[in-house]
Amino acid sequence: MSILIQKGGLLATVQDLGRDGYRRFGINPSGVMDRAAARLINILLGNDENEAVLEMHFPAPQIEFEVNTIAAIGGGDFSPQLDNTPTANWRPFYAKKGSVLKFAAKASGNRSYLAVRGGFMTDDWLGSSSTNLAAKMGGFGGRKLETGDRITCKSKVKAQKTKVNCRISNGLIPVYGRFPTIRIIVGAEFAVLMKKSRDLLFQQDFLISNNSDRMGFRLIGEPLQLAKPREILSSAVSFGTIQLLPDGQLIVLMADHQTSGGYPRVGHVIARDLPLLAQLGSSDKVAFHLTDLKQAERLAIEFERELSFFRIGCKFQANSW
Amino acid sequence: MNDKTIRIFPLGDSALTVEFSNSISVSVNQRAIALANYFETESFPGFIESVPAYSSTTVFYDLLAVRKNFPEFSTAFDAVKSIAGEGLKIVNSSDEGDSRTVEIPVHFDTESGLDLEFVSNNSGLSPDRTIEIFTGKSYRVFMLGFLPGFSYMGEVDDRIATTRKETPRTLVPKGSVGIAGTQTGIYSLASPGGWQIIGRTDLEMFSPNGDQPSFLRPGDEVKFIAIK
Repeated sequence: MSILIQKGGLLATVQDLGRDGYRRFGINPSGVMDRAAARLINILLGNDENEAVLEMHFPAPQIEFEVNTIAAIGGGDFSPQLDNTPTANWRPFYAKKGSVLKFAAKASGNRSYLAVRGGFMTDDWLGSSSTNLAAKMGGFGGRKLETGDRITCKSKVKAQKTKVNCRISNGLIPVYGRFPTIRIIVGAEFAVLMKKSRDLLFQQDFLISNNSDRMGFRLIGEPLQLAKPREILSSAVSFGTIQLLPDGQLIVLMADHQTSGGYPRVGHVIARDLPLLAQLGSSDKVAFHLTDLKQAERLAIEFERELSFFRIGCKFQANSW
Repeated sequence: MNDKTIRIFPLGDSALTVEFSNSISVSVNQRAIALANYFETESFPGFIESVPAYSSTTVFYDLLAVRKNFPEFSTAFDAVKSIAGEGLKIVNSSDEGDSRTVEIPVHFDTESGLDLEFVSNNSGLSPDRTIEIFTGKSYRVFMLGFLPGFSYMGEVDDRIATTRKETPRTLVPKGSVGIAGTQTGIYSLASPGGWQIIGRTDLEMFSPNGDQPSFLRPGDEVKFIAIK
């Protein structure tokens, strides 16, 4: 009752929505990069939203289903094919025992997610299924997935009888661009940037460096400068914090970020837009747009409201499986 | 401490930082830890966790739950800020809790102390004298960060304080005891790093399978013991 990784991909890990509660011990939350995508496909399958999923980069693994199950793929579109027949993202599909899932080409985004009905059995650590690569804990043996790995599914579905016809309404399907405008709120040191640098933050395009990973996205642009040097003591940072490095370039902290940092915080990506940023890859570009906390909270709450309607509809369908 | 110097600002839309000052002091750090503990024990609907640092406390929260439970505030940030304000009125440096004193045995041979010679030469002292000064006092764990279980401790005697390596090592062995300026710390895991390594301990600073994954906690007093 498992899925078999027939060919390991570039970087595929088991993740949930993250490991909270241990930042004070230097243990970062990890978790999926694109939280919206992981939540949406879990909801589609009637799962708990925090159920573990596979986070895949391209080239993604080739996966054999060794169990009759219902699966869903979301996030980046890697042109999934089940037994050589294209299958769509954001739509649950029946995968019979012995069928093989391949990802043919990257059409959009940089992180694709696979969930199965009922979820995967994982190595839980400190209350989370997320893989912490630094600590070598959680997920699947604390490491990335490799050829020959078998991940057990918690449940199976009866063969043949299953009709799968629900999908996500178009309004909820994220559109991943290669040059999105991402809304941010100002950080504690924004005000001590030089006037010209404050303008530059919003007036230029930033290139995502190829030196970017799950820990952080390094941005390349015209350097920013503080009005006067400022010593900052190390303190907590968060997913989406934009720091100014000593060379004037920016880094956006992502899911595997360290728990603390001592670089000036010029801004923070709002939760609503973090998934769009998380889907970028090297040579993509990003522009920042200033918003305020009130608006950031309003957008987050609006999204949760949409999800809650969607959740009710999916539960109804999933109960029939 | 003058409360007027305290800054409270959003760390994104789901966290808030209370910054007490921008300098390292034991009493400020005690207050940061006390405030973090206050949140952990008092909690509030939507509270996720609190993280003390050198001179700040950060609170992570679920903004939806906060908004739902504190509708009288126009933002979740304002609600948590108000809760933090209540906490600040109540907690003092003395509320930090039980401070533990922890002894850590360290090998100071040249094989473990990769930069012991450099630090000694830089300080114009013999390696033995450097070790004597280093082990001659105890160090406070101001905070953990960087790696799971990595401790930021201080303060190292000015006579042996040494700035970071110009080019960080690609791999510092696990258990290495390092100096960076007047800070000292222990590499809980093998990792790239730029601190000057003067010794190594066999104690596990990070035990992922234990109830307490991190050997040290913020607020601990650490005494290094030279292994003969």
